[in-house]
Amino acid sequence: MNYEERMQNVAVLGAAGKMGSGILLLTALEMADLSLKPEGKGKKYVINAIDVSDEALQGLMKYLRAQVLKAAEKKIVALRSVYKDHPALIENADIIDQYVHDVIGLVMPSTHLASALGSNLVFEAIKEDPELKVKIFSYINENNKNQPWFFTNTSSIPIGELDEKAKLGGRIIGFHFYNPPAVQKLVELIPSKNTLKEVSEFAQAYAKNLRKVLVPSNDVAGFIGNGHFMRDILYATGEVEKLQKEFGFVESVYAMNRISQDYLIRPMGIFQLIDYVGIDVCSYILSVMQSYMKQEPLHCPLLDQLLALGVKGGQFSDGSQKDGILKYEKGKVVGIYDPGKKAYRVIEEFKAKVDEKLGAMPAVQPWKSIVGNPGKEDILKAYFKEIGDAKSPGAVMTKAYALKSREIGVGLVSSGVAFSEKDVNTVLLTGFFHAYGPVNDYLN
Amino acid sequence: MKKLRRKVYMVAGYNTVSMGTGRKEFNPKKERPGLEEYIREAGQGTLKMIGGAQNVDECAIGNFMGSRFNKQANMAAFFPFIDEGLRGKPAIRVEGACATGALALMTGIKSILAETAEVVLVIGVEVQNTVKAIYGADILAGAGWYKDRKEGHAYFFPGQFSDRAGAYYEKYGREKTRRAFARWYRNAIENARLCPTAQEYHNSTKDLEAVAMMEPNGRSFVDHLNVFDCSKVSDGASSIAVVSEEGLKRTGIPKDQAIEVIGFGQVAEDLTKKPIEQTELSTSKLAVKKALESAGITIDQVGTAEIHDCFTIAGVLAVEAMGLAEPGKGADYILEGNTARDGKFPINTTGGLIGWGHPTGATGVHQAVTILEQLTGKAGDAQIKLPADRPYGLTVNMGGNDKTLVSVVYHRG
Repeated sequence: MNYEERMQNVAVLGAAGKMGSGILLLTALEMADLSLKPEGKGKKYVINAIDVSDEALQGLMKYLRAQVLKAAEKKIVALRSVYKDHPALIENADIIDQYVHDVIGLVMPSTHLASALGSNLVFEAIKEDPELKVKIFSYINENNKNQPWFFTNTSSIPIGELDEKAKLGGRIIGFHFYNPPAVQKLVELIPSKNTLKEVSEFAQAYAKNLRKVLVPSNDVAGFIGNGHFMRDILYATGEVEKLQKEFGFVESVYAMNRISQDYLIRPMGIFQLIDYVGIDVCSYILSVMQSYMKQEPLHCPLLDQLLALGVKGGQFSDGSQKDGILKYEKGKVVGIYDPGKKAYRVIEEFKAKVDEKLGAMPAVQPWKSIVGNPGKEDILKAYFKEIGDAKSPGAVMTKAYALKSREIGVGLVSSGVAFSEKDVNTVLLTGFFHAYGPVNDYLN
Repeated sequence: MKKLRRKVYMVAGYNTVSMGTGRKEFNPKKERPGLEEYIREAGQGTLKMIGGAQNVDECAIGNFMGSRFNKQANMAAFFPFIDEGLRGKPAIRVEGACATGALALMTGIKSILAETAEVVLVIGVEVQNTVKAIYGADILAGAGWYKDRKEGHAYFFPGQFSDRAGAYYEKYGREKTRRAFARWYRNAIENARLCPTAQEYHNSTKDLEAVAMMEPNGRSFVDHLNVFDCSKVSDGASSIAVVSEEGLKRTGIPKDQAIEVIGFGQVAEDLTKKPIEQTELSTSKLAVKKALESAGITIDQVGTAEIHDCFTIAGVLAVEAMGLAEPGKGADYILEGNTARDGKFPINTTGGLIGWGHPTGATGVHQAVTILEQLTGKAGDAQIKLPADRPYGLTVNMGGNDKTLVSVVYHRG
């Protein structure tokens, strides 16, 4: 079965979810491109969009239509030549309409898992629950005659274990998109030691066609992305624990969020990123990782405490941020949750006081101006030199944070998760949009 | 051409802002003024200067594709919306793609010459930000032959002029030509920065030529031009009064605050035919030749021109079509600094189509307004000084790919 044949019948499990909908979109576009090639004529392409509720699937179709329209508008130059032999399609608007129609026509929404039984390739983006995943994989594998290949989007569960428990014979690989898949360039590729060579090769060809940056990761729970992110969370929440005796809780959260965003020149502060991913998701990933790494404490009491109080973060279906540790107004952080008072406190009330305690911040452009700046290497060197020399509490905390982030990155290589420090940096640069990789020598 | 049977003047020019990307107040997500509001602002601007609607005998409005951009036709009937005093007066709407504005002027000129009117209110308008650029390209493609659309580029007109640019690169050298394009862009933006209604008035890019040297990318746009080589999508209206000597008296405007139409050339070429020569604007050349001949002057007596730089390549080719440079030497002429505001022959002194903006149906009128301002010393910060031996101003307004052309020669009244 060659690449095109394998792509003729695909299933996406959890298709209406945040990750699933992105995977569905990208895969449907790729399949449409194959079907519209001269050699694709007359061949049938199907992508089964499987999820648990009709309502969610209807929402998915709406999302899909809007996104395919955007994609079509963007690649209209190429589409005009794709449809050059259709005399009735004259204007860009005609061609764009037809393309949207053609892509949407490939998608078969379904609430029945049995819809995956004719597929050659199964993308899985369901809940991060090893038992559920194994159960579903086993069902499909036992009832699908095509010996399907499984691409799991798990961000933390070892692939080898899923393979073994579902008896997939190496026909599974970790193909971990970043959120949102349609935008993020990064994909972590995680073959287990038993993953078949042809599955890996196919994955690479597919990623290339989707123009993704592929970073290989070893099959160790958490892989590279969450391997760094989760430990970053543990460090930041640990610092809040220490700091709150002196600063107070909300003040400490504000301080660490500011250090991790403004001082470290990242796109989001650590607590905003936790909210973005979802406190429940973060907590769950930590627990999955903990179950495979018993020797390292990977538990965050603060996240559990917030969850117990019903503070969850995550996003609304339109992509806007729900309140979590932080409170948002029009996308801006305006408050911080105080578990003691069970209420948000307005940042403006204590901001000035905490900023004063942190001391003057060395002048640097914000992340937005640095991330794409061709001269950023020199700017960062000069900035961190200043941070290294400065004695203000803010600078000292920044230095400690940056060194910790570096230590986590180096640890991912020494523990065999990542193949190189460069891979770690690539994941943070492309998957987390950092302006620089954590493994650097700016502070040496 | 026969000598004009009586004198024709233009007075009381008015431009709205050329609205679109680049203007600080432009927000594509917010509701913006509609077509009728641009028409009213421009029309009232001129009426105020000529003593009100009671002084107007006839009205002409130029609009290219309002029927698609705004789902609006029958625009002659907007004149009474500008001012109740225009109810019951003759009004007409004309169209000739991007030469629409100048066709509206010609309509006014001919009414004066036909002695049916002493004062004609002329407006040009286009509101194009109602659709995304990719769909606007479909609409603007109507300036070409509809049967060529299927074979054409997604961005139809950029595609047509990209082909001209490619041919010019091949014949006369790519590197030099791209540098000339970048210089053209810089001149356009620097001039626009001096004109508060210009779309690029707020442009603060430091090294304009460097950004304009960006390599064209045929996969996302066209092969031989980048976005800086193109005029932008604009909403705007311009207005002017075309008057006789009697009209001047009636409106109370002194002759030295008017420009006189000395000659014009109005020509059309077969829309169904491909260009005879990609590296030459032969119809533009003919229009300028006719205009100069009818005015009884040569290009050496012209001090400034407003030309139709819908694309940088069109600017280079227009320089050659006007006879300022030999074929293939237009790029050098620009690189030598001749067309800059402090050069020998300043062109597009308020930014032209690339800098001021290109509300398609309004452009021809805007060109006349700029010449009026320059020749009467009303151009504000954008004012240039015309040499005494070259007191004439020239406009070249082009519809489609060198198909419908109007060129006019002006002198201060």
